[in-house]
Amino acid sequence: MGDLINIFIKSAFIENLALSYFLGMCSYLAVSKSVKTAFGLGLAVIFVLGITMPMNWIINTYLLSEGGLFGMDLTFLRFILFIAVIASMVQLVEMVVEKFSPELYSALGIFLPLITVNCAILGGSLFMVSKEYNFSQSVAFGLGGGFGWFLAIVAIAAIREKMKYSAVPAPLRGLGMAFLLTGLMGMAFMGLMGIDPAAFN
Amino acid sequence: MAEVKVAEPKESIFTFGKAERKLVTDPLNDNNPITVQVLGICSALAVTTLLNKAIVMAIAVTFVTAFSNLFTSMLRTGIPKQVRMIVQLVIIATLVTIVELTLKAVNYPIYKELSVFIGLIITNCIVMGRLEAYAMANNPWKSFLDGIGNGLGYGIILIIVAAIRELFGKGSLLDFKIIGPTADYVLNTSEISWLGWYANNNLMVLFPSAMFVIGIVIWVHRAWNKKLVDIS
Repeated sequence: MGDLINIFIKSAFIENLALSYFLGMCSYLAVSKSVKTAFGLGLAVIFVLGITMPMNWIINTYLLSEGGLFGMDLTFLRFILFIAVIASMVQLVEMVVEKFSPELYSALGIFLPLITVNCAILGGSLFMVSKEYNFSQSVAFGLGGGFGWFLAIVAIAAIREKMKYSAVPAPLRGLGMAFLLTGLMGMAFMGLMGIDPAAFN
Repeated sequence: MAEVKVAEPKESIFTFGKAERKLVTDPLNDNNPITVQVLGICSALAVTTLLNKAIVMAIAVTFVTAFSNLFTSMLRTGIPKQVRMIVQLVIIATLVTIVELTLKAVNYPIYKELSVFIGLIITNCIVMGRLEAYAMANNPWKSFLDGIGNGLGYGIILIIVAAIRELFGKGSLLDFKIIGPTADYVLNTSEISWLGWYANNNLMVLFPSAMFVIGIVIWVHRAWNKKLVDIS
């Protein structure tokens, strides 16, 4: 159990997907104009990461690896299968959001289908493979990574809302300022790399 | 089951007039994928530490956007709306696998350096964004040109950022030493390269610097092209 908490904290803070690896930047920058939409997208990402990570783990272990169902090394199919799982999950989330929260659906716009191509999701699955996690560790890694991404997008959305009242030079307003702010937040998160993960055991 | 009738407009499609030229040049400036549309940022941050990586990445992305736009546009009347993303992603994933295997065969050292990020072209928002926004509603030839234009618009920003980061982070361009002390400076102090006093700035190699450099590129771009300024 301590091991799982350790992975959760490590993937949420020390190896934050958004601010340490800069994954999922497209939707991170485009949807962070208000805290409300950022909150919704963040929750959707936690949900999609938390589900796709164990599913991809099952596919990778029981279908694609050498000891799997087909008894041969099919890892060259990894990209296509992982992305198929992610795309179908996102389509499911899209249907659910459209049904239960039409305002959020229209606020997220094109960025809901673009969760599919949010690099944080596919990147997370590829990291999970390269770190050789087992099933429960992959669940913890998925939820932790999603939570870290959620924190990052809500934080930048809050900063950008306050930024409206500052005198930013006109060409830098909006997108340019978001880039500079993310760079500064990234530097701040580099400070967390000093945390010793073993301390949580 | 009723046969699906493909209703292509009967116009000569392989023209290259003013409208088609605009499709290629527009993404270079007014509608740039990175600085205006905010698509494809992740890979732009990660591969821009060295100029040669950025150039290979730009070529790979241009290839994938052009051909995925072409194939999706050819199939667009036959794809049901509910499964369109999966169909698009299978097309993209196939093209990326082709690029990956080709690069592995042609230039292995670059392949090793780029490895994860070649795979992540699949999730590069430019590809998917252009498919959704353009290729699903336009004919194959125009979509192909749109893909090339967006690939080039992405590549040009990538090359600018990589040149700045490599020059100030490593003191070289394309591994050719330009500023800062040379490696044999310690042995032979009489041989000093241009701007020999310059010490490499390690911040430029780290991730946050990519954010700062792209932020400044956006600043310069918008100061020069006034109509892009964010009014809200």
